[in-house]
Amino acid sequence: MAKLKLALYWAASCGGCEIAQLMIGDKILKLIEAADIVFWPVAIDAKYDDVEAMPAKSIDVCLFNGAIRNSEQEHMAKMLREKSKILIAYGACACRGGIPGLGNLHDRQSIFNTVYRDTVSTEKNGNIFPQTLFRVSEGDLTLPVFYDTVSTLNQVVDVEYYIPGCPPEEKTTWLALEALLEGKLPPKGTVISHNVKAVCDECSRKRDIKKIKKIYRNFEIIPDAETCLLELGLLCTGVATRGGCGALCPQVNMPCTGCYGPVEGVIDQGAHFLSAIASVIDSKDEEEIRTIINDVLDPVGTCYRYSLPDSLVRRASLK
Amino acid sequence: MSFEPKIIAFLCNWCSYAGADLAGVSRSKCSPNVMSIRLMCSGGLEPAFVLKAFKEGADGVLVCGCNLGDCHYVDGNYKTLMRMTLLKKLVKQLGIEEERVRLQWVCASCAEDFVQAVNTITNDVKALGPYTQIKIEAEAETSRI
Repeated sequence: MAKLKLALYWAASCGGCEIAQLMIGDKILKLIEAADIVFWPVAIDAKYDDVEAMPAKSIDVCLFNGAIRNSEQEHMAKMLREKSKILIAYGACACRGGIPGLGNLHDRQSIFNTVYRDTVSTEKNGNIFPQTLFRVSEGDLTLPVFYDTVSTLNQVVDVEYYIPGCPPEEKTTWLALEALLEGKLPPKGTVISHNVKAVCDECSRKRDIKKIKKIYRNFEIIPDAETCLLELGLLCTGVATRGGCGALCPQVNMPCTGCYGPVEGVIDQGAHFLSAIASVIDSKDEEEIRTIINDVLDPVGTCYRYSLPDSLVRRASLK
Repeated sequence: MSFEPKIIAFLCNWCSYAGADLAGVSRSKCSPNVMSIRLMCSGGLEPAFVLKAFKEGADGVLVCGCNLGDCHYVDGNYKTLMRMTLLKKLVKQLGIEEERVRLQWVCASCAEDFVQAVNTITNDVKALGPYTQIKIEAEAETSRI
């Protein structure tokens, strides 16, 4: 059998997904026995032009991580879609927008102002700012166009499979790669993860009746090793998040932040979690309820930490 | 033509829907901008329904339930109260004006409260103008590198 052709690409992401891909460890030897990596900007020296020169559908599988927030990323997403038989959204950013997706609370101009103008530590060298096009005698220098709105990969191109996580756990990555290598492909649109309903199902903490009188931020209390974090008043999104990660964060006193995306069948992870937080408040007094809820300082950042571009509302209204 | 907002009202079966019905049979005058959806209990209202209403083109959302203490299911409306309080905070952060989301208790004999709630939210939303979603698709077609 001919070797599989594999491409990997990064768009708006942090580089953690590449580390996660390498976390499969010595299994990578198994991978390169069966597959040739034809494009991987972080590790091999193939250029955009090389991809452009490939015939359509000549790449068997492309693992695409990162969200789409500028024209270069959109261009590469479309190009890799054209060249690949199977396009996989790898990691939370490609699947649901991820952390860069929180940029949808702002717009191009306000992000630009923060980065290049308003921060105290920024030197204003005669107001010289990056331009998308700059002409010099040697030719034109260009930079990608930055968008107002961050999109998920499937909002830009058609996607076959999704591998969730920020970054995806090694076992989740291998589950997907194994399926590919063995040719046992699930139906299109599948989120490839171990079949665990919610993070809570894998969490070893003891769950009792969830009734809370106060919401804490992570640094405000030191949780004991056994009680459910949500019962202690920490906003752990485990109840609204797909399992398969092994519930690693709650085991080390860190509330789940929801990187594996919504549980199966839920469209809007944030609204689902919001509903869960609100239901565990133990009060019948309107004023008290308001006081408790006021401790949720950043509802969007808490509920939609990895999924704002994929949510029903998708972004904040532009002024 | 003046702006006529589209408002979705989620009404609970036992009190609010009966109250709205009473407003109808009593021939109370009430602005016609509200389209009602009946739920068994306002506590069954998923916050996602409210966001979905906005996504589908609503300009405002009215949620009605029984008075606190009168819920047919004992404490369903307390859940509504908690969810709506937090949801209002969330929509505000998303740039949707708070006045577009309204929570009102309406008992089965409180036709007046229903009429008042409908008129208030209609006027509030009229003053704000339509809720416009950003056409993101258009941007994706802008120039390439």
